[in-house]
Amino acid sequence: MAKFNRKKKKASVGISTASLPDIVFMILFFFMVTTVMREVELKIELTNSDLPDATEIKKLEKKSLVSYIYVGKPRKNFQRMYGTEPRIQLNSAFAELSDIYEYILAERAQRDEAEVPYMTTSLKVHKDTKMGIVTDIKQELRKASALKINYSARKEI
Amino acid sequence: MAKREVGEINAGSMADIAFLLLIFFLVTTTMDVDTGIARQLPPIPEKKDITDIEINKRNVFIVLINAQDRLLVNGKLMNVEDLREKAIEFIKSDPNNPNLPELEEVKIDGINKPVYVGKGVISLQNDRGTTYGRYIEVQNELVAAYNILRDEAAMEYFGKEKYDKLDEKQQEAVRKIYPQRISEAEPKNVGGKK
Repeated sequence: MAKFNRKKKKASVGISTASLPDIVFMILFFFMVTTVMREVELKIELTNSDLPDATEIKKLEKKSLVSYIYVGKPRKNFQRMYGTEPRIQLNSAFAELSDIYEYILAERAQRDEAEVPYMTTSLKVHKDTKMGIVTDIKQELRKASALKINYSARKEI
Repeated sequence: MAKREVGEINAGSMADIAFLLLIFFLVTTTMDVDTGIARQLPPIPEKKDITDIEINKRNVFIVLINAQDRLLVNGKLMNVEDLREKAIEFIKSDPNNPNLPELEEVKIDGINKPVYVGKGVISLQNDRGTTYGRYIEVQNELVAAYNILRDEAAMEYFGKEKYDKLDEKQQEAVRKIYPQRISEAEPKNVGGKK
C-alpha cells in the first residue's frame, strides 16, 4: 500500500506560530470593541440575579437614549450612613425622590431635541423592593413626562 | 559621531503582550444586553377633577395584588400561574358569554373581513407593600397573554407564526385587533406598613 508508506516517511514539522500574534490581536480587537465599561458604580446591592425574571422581555435599544434609575438596599459599606431601606440611585449618587424630576430634565437637555421622544427610562429595581417606592418613582416620571419606561428584567430560563 | 547600528526590535514578546491585553478585556467585558418589559405610563391628567368613566362591569378585568403578594382577580383569589389563561379568555371574549367583554365590529386596514374586537380593559392595582418581583411577574403574565393572542392573530390573518415577523403595517393591524389596554390605578395603601 503505497499510500501508507508515503505517510510514514514524512517528518513531522512544527506548526508555525508566526501568525499567533495576529490571531490574538484579532480577538483582542474584537473584545476591545465590544466591551462596555460600567460607567456608574453601584452603591446599592443589585446584581443581575437580583432583577426580576420575565419571559416577555424586549431588548433595550439605543443605549444612548436610556437613563437609568436604580433602586435597592444600600451596600454594606454605605449602610451605616444610609440605612438598610431601599434607596434610589441616580448616576453614581444616592438621591431623593424629588431629585428624579431634575435628573430627567438634565438627561433630556443633553440629548438632541429630535431624539427626546425616544428617550426611555430604565428602572433597575431589586425584586424584593416594595412597590411603594416604585410607585412614587413612576409618579415622578409622569410629572416629568418621561412616559416611556422599561422594567429591567432577566430572561426567565 | 559614529552612527550606531539600530538593531531590530525583538517581536517575540508581542504575543505575550497581546495575550495580556486580551485577558484583561475578556475579564472586564460584560456581554449582557439590557432587557426588560417595556411599558408606557399614562400622562398626568391636566384637570384635577377626574370624572370616573363609566365602564360596564363585564368589560373590566380587575387584578389586585395585596401586600402579601396574593392575587385577587375579579373578586376571586387566584394563583399567578392561572392568570395568563384567564386574561386570554377575557381579552379574546366570547359573543355567547354575557360575563365576558362586549365585542365591537371593526373594519381594519389590511384585513378584508370585519373583525370583532373586545372592549375589555385590564385594571391592575397593587399595594404599596407588594414586592416588585411579584408586580413584574403579574405584568409579565398580562403582557404574555396579549403576545400569545397577537401571535394567534398573526397566524390567522397573515399566515405568519409570530407577530414580530409581520411587517410594520400588519403589526399595526394586529395591534388594533388586540390593543394592549392595561390600566394601572392610583396606588392605595391598604396593607398596613409601607
